[in-house]
Amino acid sequence: MENANHLANAKFSPLEYAFWACTLLPFLVTPNYLSLASQIAITALFALSLDLILGYAGIVSLGHAAFFGAGAYTAGLIAKHYWTEPISALFIAGATAGLVGYALSHIVVRFRHLALIMLTLGFGLLLAEAANSASALTGGADGLQGFRVPGVLGFTFDMFGRAAYAYALGVLFVSFLVARRVIHSPFGLALRGIRENPLRMPAIGAPSLAHLRKAYTIAAVMAGIAGAVLTHTTSTVSLETLSFGRSADVLVILILGGAGRLYGGIVGAIIYMVARDQFSGANPQYWYFWIGLLLVAVVMFLPNGILGGLSALRKKPQ
Amino acid sequence: MFASLAGVLFDGFAYGMLLFLLSVGLSVTLGMMNFVNLAHCSFAMVGAYAAFSLAARHGWPFLATLPMAFIAAALISLVLERTLYRRLYRATDLDQCLFTIGIVFISIAVYAWFYTTEQQSVQVPDWLKGSQHVGGITLANYRIFLIVVGLAITGALIYFLERTRFGAQVRAAVDNQRMARGLGIDVDRAFMFTFALGGGLAGLGGALSIQMVGLDPTFALAYLVYVLIVVAVGGLGSIGGSFAAAVVLGISDMAGKYYFPWLGAFLIYLVMVALLMWRPAGLFGKR
Repeated sequence: MENANHLANAKFSPLEYAFWACTLLPFLVTPNYLSLASQIAITALFALSLDLILGYAGIVSLGHAAFFGAGAYTAGLIAKHYWTEPISALFIAGATAGLVGYALSHIVVRFRHLALIMLTLGFGLLLAEAANSASALTGGADGLQGFRVPGVLGFTFDMFGRAAYAYALGVLFVSFLVARRVIHSPFGLALRGIRENPLRMPAIGAPSLAHLRKAYTIAAVMAGIAGAVLTHTTSTVSLETLSFGRSADVLVILILGGAGRLYGGIVGAIIYMVARDQFSGANPQYWYFWIGLLLVAVVMFLPNGILGGLSALRKKPQ
Repeated sequence: MFASLAGVLFDGFAYGMLLFLLSVGLSVTLGMMNFVNLAHCSFAMVGAYAAFSLAARHGWPFLATLPMAFIAAALISLVLERTLYRRLYRATDLDQCLFTIGIVFISIAVYAWFYTTEQQSVQVPDWLKGSQHVGGITLANYRIFLIVVGLAITGALIYFLERTRFGAQVRAAVDNQRMARGLGIDVDRAFMFTFALGGGLAGLGGALSIQMVGLDPTFALAYLVYVLIVVAVGGLGSIGGSFAAAVVLGISDMAGKYYFPWLGAFLIYLVMVALLMWRPAGLFGKR
């Protein structure tokens, strides 16, 4: 039964076609907000990568920005010292972040609960401190500056941000297809099995830890790619890409949208980023009041996020 | 060399006392209910701002503000525990994390609204300023005061937990909650008091820390990492463990700042990650 559902889900539904068609709307409807739109696409990709490990594999992470930052700095260093062609840099940045993720995955997947949360937090902080200390390489607190990525595939990154949004959206869409394929594969099913019952999966012969390591590495690659896209479209890398704040934000975004449903991160990113753009105004301190209230409300009343709430509404009449 | 080493040990120990006060409540409540309360430092901030308001705006003497900091933080934690936290005891780690991070964000915004984001300070009495010179080492009076207060509270806590009936109930609930319930111990009530006590101690720690590190609304996040390190390394529900972890952390942080300033906080995080990988349940943890 679960398997039949599983295959049915592997096809694009009309709703999904409509959703992806809507992502093209910013080009026509809100041309002044294209730079915000590309920020949203980048954040959505980052949240999607967290969804793979948190939503599907059940690994709570408070340091996911480590991979985002690793990708961002790799892309920045390539653009500054070697070449400014973005697509190849994207692959290298993804591979670098993936390597970091693969190395950490051997440690992370062996822990649970508080130790896991503290370890992911610790690794994130370690990497941020390392980048801060190695200022000769990373520019330290000033960030990595002094390079410019002119464009992608012949389109120039200009002040209107059309090429930037198309680039970010394209990368998001391709990565989304990859994530979707992974989730609907037998491997994805095994991940959900581990999430639901971490003791039973090894008992029926599934190589639990190897699966988790693989998922963690894939997520790290995706987060690195998201970071690289940010570097390419903004032509600067700051320490903020590695910060605890970014890790916390992406967690909030994913939970707000709904973890474990692929679109949760994307919907969460749209709502969070648009709301922040509208309300943060002069003082970001007060913006956090609303985010805090939202978090409390989501945990209390919408345990599966906005998408979870919507699907519960849809199922009720039956 | 010796003098500087002794000075670093002394300063680190005083700093460790502060970290112990800030974190011991979280350690015990985490051990009891497994509730990941990331808002623990918000309680500390409540106490710190209560002390600051009374001292700076109403002219109270510094020492009189300390018990009020304890009471204010304990009251707030009691109210939050009764109204909100208790609904989430059976929720997942992640939900508890998110919920309490939400509380942290709200508290930061609220205090920024009422007290602005400026660094605040308090006036301490003259006998707490200045320093003593003992055998070539300079001991700041305020740090001696911190150590005395810290040790006194540690002693009182250990007496309370090891020697009183209520303390025995708390220990039972930490060791095995189901069994304790089965024996007729009112775990919810024990937890409520422990939670208030822990919040109060954090508030006291917050008030005492103003003189050392200043006070602004980001306090709730800035010290959270240190407190979590103490709790995770010390082991859940262990007062001795928290004490040892806080002292080790305080001394290594001071030593790091003194001898390897270019490393920043790198050393601390490295020590924490290494310790956790070696013993995931903490140095003195049982689980």
